[in-house]
Amino acid sequence: MNFFVDAFAFILDPANWAGDAGIGARLARHLALTGVSVLLAAVVAVPLGLLIGHTGRGRAAVIGITGAARALPTFGVLILFVLLGIQFGQGLSEGPVIAVLVILAIPPLLAGAYAGVEAVDDVTVDAARAQGMTEWQLLTRVELPLALPLLAGGLRSATLQVVATATIAAYVAQGGLGRYFIEGIQTRDYVRAVIGAILVALLALLLDGILAVVQRLVTPRGVSRGATRTTGTTARRPSRSSGATRAPVTEG
Amino acid sequence: MSWLWANLDLVLRLTAEHAVLAGIPIVVGFAASLPLGWLASRSRVARGILLTAFNVVYTIPALALFVVLPGVLGTRILDPLNVVVALTLYAMAMMLRGAVDAFGSVSGDVLASATAQGFSGAGRFWTVQLPLAGPVLLANLRVVSVSTVSLLSVAALVGSGGLGYLFTNGYQRYFVDEIVIGIVFTVLLALVFDAILVLAGRVLLPWSRRRTATPRAVVEGRAA
Repeated sequence: MNFFVDAFAFILDPANWAGDAGIGARLARHLALTGVSVLLAAVVAVPLGLLIGHTGRGRAAVIGITGAARALPTFGVLILFVLLGIQFGQGLSEGPVIAVLVILAIPPLLAGAYAGVEAVDDVTVDAARAQGMTEWQLLTRVELPLALPLLAGGLRSATLQVVATATIAAYVAQGGLGRYFIEGIQTRDYVRAVIGAILVALLALLLDGILAVVQRLVTPRGVSRGATRTTGTTARRPSRSSGATRAPVTEG
Repeated sequence: MSWLWANLDLVLRLTAEHAVLAGIPIVVGFAASLPLGWLASRSRVARGILLTAFNVVYTIPALALFVVLPGVLGTRILDPLNVVVALTLYAMAMMLRGAVDAFGSVSGDVLASATAQGFSGAGRFWTVQLPLAGPVLLANLRVVSVSTVSLLSVAALVGSGGLGYLFTNGYQRYFVDEIVIGIVFTVLLALVFDAILVLAGRVLLPWSRRRTATPRAVVEGRAA
């Protein structure tokens, strides 16, 4: 346990937070990588997911994409992209790393947006149409607000993935909290590796906690989170959403 | 491709190692999550505690867990046991939610009927509840299996990632072919595992050919 004491002592020493290779700079970089990647992925995935959920077309594609993405070893894809980037004369730039992180964040966001809209009760949709809403109004005023909890769940899942993968990206790129880990392994300095592990774990738990609160806040009153969920002894109600995309984790 | 033929021995050895290091967490994680999932589906308090605890573990990135476990288990830092334990914890975290859903999906009327027919608690679990929960359990187990196989390659950074070795080695040599082969063999292994599970499902759950409810874990499987 001495390792942990030493590691915490290092983290709590303000001197280690300053400088280009300090905790502060690496934390900022880790957050920037995560933020940019999740944002770019959301720009692509959320509108697409909403559209697929609204029209019901292309759900097979969503299921296929989420399934295939899971089978791909991210670590291998990351290194492949970085090497291809070097071969095409980019040098060791961020481009390939961000590209992989974006690709990684798309499936959960897509699935969250799609599943959220899909889970809206058909009766609700019919009622909105009967009130004379246009399709656009239906999407933005009824389906989107009701989809927000699952969408936020997708965001939570995507962020978690990206924070974790940005850690292993330190193997092939500069900066990020994963550097402590990589340096620790390479120099056989266990304390340094533990420092990285503690910082990354804390960051992941903190972000997950914040997003869990966000998820709670965006849940419209009267809607239980993960509305498609089957609980207790109630038999599953046959509905449009009997397909392969389920709510991301919603227990908080 | 010529690299593959020249190094077929190495690739096959790593594939076998990958199969073992991923297979143990899948099997152990599944077995361990059954009693826990059953408990959590019965008691609200147990569900709260178990799901929260495993959610915290699940949130911790894999590399961090690989490094922290030696401090907890007293193992060496490069011991493959750390990797196996970490992946087992992730498998349990994913499978536990699925198991709660699976046991919850069995209709209360059916369970009441079974009790009325004279089934005891244990008999009812083994002969009624578990088989009926089977299809949802299987669907979740398939997600766990694929995720575990692909996640294991990260462990190459701590020296025991099976096919992940091809990624670190290929990177050090700037050799794209080796990395592509590592990716292809990892995906193939995941497909083989999945085929085995589907086949086992056909044999053990012959009544579940129709489409079954979808696993909770579907959007989750983790990557690092």
